[in-house]
Amino acid sequence: MKRKAFLIIGVTAAFAAMATAQTTAKTIIPDDVVFDEYGAVAMSLTGVAGDAANGRKLFANRKLGNCLACHVNSEITEQAFHGEVGPSLDGVADRWNEAELRGILTNSKNTFEGSIMPSFYRTSGFTRPLEKFEGKSILAAQDVEDILAYIRTLTE
Amino acid sequence: MIKPNLQRVASIVTVAALTFSLNAAVASDLVINEEISLTNETAAPAHLENLTTIYSGWNFRKSETQSLQMDDFDNPGMIFVDQAIDQWNVVEGEAGKSCAACHTGGVEEFAGLRAVLPRYDEEAGGIQSMEDYINECRTDRMQADAWKWSESKMTAMTALIGLQSRGMPVNVAIDGDAAEAWELGKEIYYQPVGQLDMACASCHEDNYNTYIRADFLSQGQTNGFPAYRLKNAKLNSIHARFKGCMKNIRATPYKEGSDEFRALELYVASRGNGLSVEGTSVRN
Ligand code: HEC
Ligand code: HEC
Repeated sequence: MKRKAFLIIGVTAAFAAMATAQTTAKTIIPDDVVFDEYGAVAMSLTGVAGDAANGRKLFANRKLGNCLACHVNSEITEQAFHGEVGPSLDGVADRWNEAELRGILTNSKNTFEGSIMPSFYRTSGFTRPLEKFEGKSILAAQDVEDILAYIRTLTE
Repeated sequence: MIKPNLQRVASIVTVAALTFSLNAAVASDLVINEEISLTNETAAPAHLENLTTIYSGWNFRKSETQSLQMDDFDNPGMIFVDQAIDQWNVVEGEAGKSCAACHTGGVEEFAGLRAVLPRYDEEAGGIQSMEDYINECRTDRMQADAWKWSESKMTAMTALIGLQSRGMPVNVAIDGDAAEAWELGKEIYYQPVGQLDMACASCHEDNYNTYIRADFLSQGQTNGFPAYRLKNAKLNSIHARFKGCMKNIRATPYKEGSDEFRALELYVASRGNGLSVEGTSVRN
């Protein structure tokens, strides 16, 4: 019993350490992200190169990216259900450059006015958020960079 | 009666979970027990600016789920209607009365009621839902405890009373004294909320007839409520459904039985004016 508690604390501490390691470099907090007039974000949110393999996992994860809720993606065939609320992301890296894609991921509303697509890296301006999500973004900065690295591989 | 039904439900749930077939808002007819023809598709009411045709949620379900609702013997929700028929005669509370003691004409007295609820009630000074009327009888006339908004006895009783209006067109009033609450309901319907920042309209107006991952979106109509859901194997109230949808978009739901949810219930019901009251629907 005690050992287990220790283990959990240990793991949590390790995660916390990881999170701070990631945030110390030059993580930009959501409210400070700079968008250009078309909604693109030129600067990396963390300064750490994205991990496309991890990004692929986040893309499908229902609690994190859950991008498959709305987008068909032929590169992920092992998942049965691809939503069709948004456009297919096949070849999306040919249509948008890195800064544009980062902008769409960070806050799609700056690129597509009134979009149903959630803003994945935003902490303010929500109405009635559930308490446990208050002041939190859906994705962490590095998650955005990882998903970005992954969707940058989606070329025709 | 109850046991075999439950067994059948169990096997049905397995079948429904294993069978995936593509779907669309098919224009097939919803006929119950091969005799009661329901309106599951009709012209949108005049106040609806962004839709021309309205559809029952039934249209968007897989054929296996659809057929469960087409025969009362297969409809798992009917088990709860049977329970409410028993409850109707149960004496409870200080006044020593059952529902039947006052409603001497039987539950048939309530034919037409579901179709016009929720509605503005002068005495209450606001919008009242079926649950409010049931609880008013329980507390004031029976001197019994109020039921919780979505507890099983309540959803069962709303199912029994609703069934008396099966086939009648939803026809809630939105003008006069109801107008203020209706406007509030409309505002809530179009207000993006939660961390996912979506409104009811984002899914049920802009994207119905579309898959959102494994879920096929309907127009979010309430004419089939209370709805038996295969997912939780019980009857679900309208407010519980609203609550679920709000939590899914990570929004703090209003309370069941709150004025906000009554207003939203009125507004959503009005979007379905013209569709048939289904009695007790089956959804996934
Ligand atoms: C609830 C729906 C929804 C979710 C979830 C969602 N999107 Fe979108 N996305 C859309 C819609 C809709 C559009 C089209 C723009 C518009 O009309 O608003 C879009 C557009 C895009 C585009 C531009 C595509 C193009 O070809 O123009 C990209 C890239 C994109 N999304 C990536 C993602 C990624 C990556 C995720 C997950 C981290 C995601 N989306 C999650 C709905 C969604
Ligand atoms: C992210 C998408 C989404 C949002 C936003 C949403 N819902 Fe839903 N809703 C669903 C899904 C998925 C279902 C189950 C399939 C269906 O019937 O559409 C559903 C079902 C319903 C149903 C049951 C319909 C039936 O026939 O059984 C009602 C009523 C409803 N929603 C109302 C609302 C209201 C009111 C709001 C706003 C407070 C709302 N929904 C917001 C996704 C959503």
